Amino acid sequence: MLDSVQLLGRKGLSFFQRLGRGHILLVNILAGLPGLLPRIGLVIKQTYAVGVLSLVIIVVSGLFVGMVLGLQGYNTLVDFGAEESLGVVVALSLVRELGPVVTALLFAGRAGSALTAEIGLMKATEQLSAMEMMAVDPVRRVLAPRFLAGFISMPVLAAIFSAVGILGGYFVGVGLLGVDDGAYWSQMQDKVDMYDDINNGIIKSLVFGVVVTWIAIFEGNDSIPTSEGVSRATTRTVVHSALAVLGLDFILTALMFGD
Amino acid sequence: MTTRVIEIWVGIFVAAGMAALFMLAMKVSNLSTYGGDEGYEVTARFEDISGLKVRSPVTMSGVRIGRVKAIQFDDQALQAVVVMEIESRHNMLPKDTSASIYTAGLLGEKYVGLEAGGDQNNLVQGDEIKLTQDSLVLEKLIGQFVSRFMTDSAAENK
Repeated sequence: MLDSVQLLGRKGLSFFQRLGRGHILLVNILAGLPGLLPRIGLVIKQTYAVGVLSLVIIVVSGLFVGMVLGLQGYNTLVDFGAEESLGVVVALSLVRELGPVVTALLFAGRAGSALTAEIGLMKATEQLSAMEMMAVDPVRRVLAPRFLAGFISMPVLAAIFSAVGILGGYFVGVGLLGVDDGAYWSQMQDKVDMYDDINNGIIKSLVFGVVVTWIAIFEGNDSIPTSEGVSRATTRTVVHSALAVLGLDFILTALMFGD
Repeated sequence: MTTRVIEIWVGIFVAAGMAALFMLAMKVSNLSTYGGDEGYEVTARFEDISGLKVRSPVTMSGVRIGRVKAIQFDDQALQAVVVMEIESRHNMLPKDTSASIYTAGLLGEKYVGLEAGGDQNNLVQGDEIKLTQDSLVLEKLIGQFVSRFMTDSAAENK
């Protein structure tokens, strides 16, 4: 009985300790961001690893998500004789929800896990300690560029996802199912608002970018420096990022579109 | 891979993102229908505009020639004042044009439909459309129908 109470207390304390460490790390990373200006090359290199290499999966997923939306939306709308609204359905679901959320989930799987594994292995092979020995701050040299790269890449990827998805919906709806070409675009332009829909989608993707990259970097930096520890940290990155993205998406949606 | 190639790829990546955003802004959203060519404003007074919103279309013969710019309430006359912005290339509307509020489809959104009169003079900035017809409210219509039906059947029973 007493043992289980002790265990509960220890678990609770270690949870709060990790939470605290995560936020302290975030503050340190943010403080290190201005120092990146003279070393912009580091950020570009990381943007390549995090963003450019994720392009293929984002473009392919976006295309297919858009095509499925076109197909399903058409089948539902045609019953009401409203298949002209297909463009609105595809564009609004992509720009408001699927673009930021699916991109963030894919981003966590493709780039977040790689970040955790890389940083975790750097820690396991004591590269980070070696840097500290040479009076190089690993937070500024290793973590901050990766954080900024994730912050830049995520909205870019989400915008590409949405744009490609709308083209995919166009291809299926107009090309294969015979929705009117003009109606697809004009209904979309009529109903999609620049400020209410597209800006809020961009804000969402920025928030998700920060959260996913932060979790990935923290898990890597906080992993137990063994091969098992790194593998666990990588798994945790993907699971926690997915949960955080989905939970935050609900909160952000309620705040943005709630009224 | 050399730094140069990496930099080029990152450049292409960011440019693709910009292009996607540009497409979302211009091709998908209503940004391109904002402003553009400045129009002239005309106002119209209605007893009932229920359902009409700012940026609802203003049409003539079914073609959109402008948008609702503002909806105000006149405290003195107790009427709704609708300010419409008509595109400046459509500057040949007669002065006695009439405005009605219609519904697109059975359950669709409301829009303002203009019908041309026969006046020689044209509407200009700041003019008011005198002839207006209110928004059709389904509940009122059913109410009128039911009350007429009741009085008719009451008269028959006498």
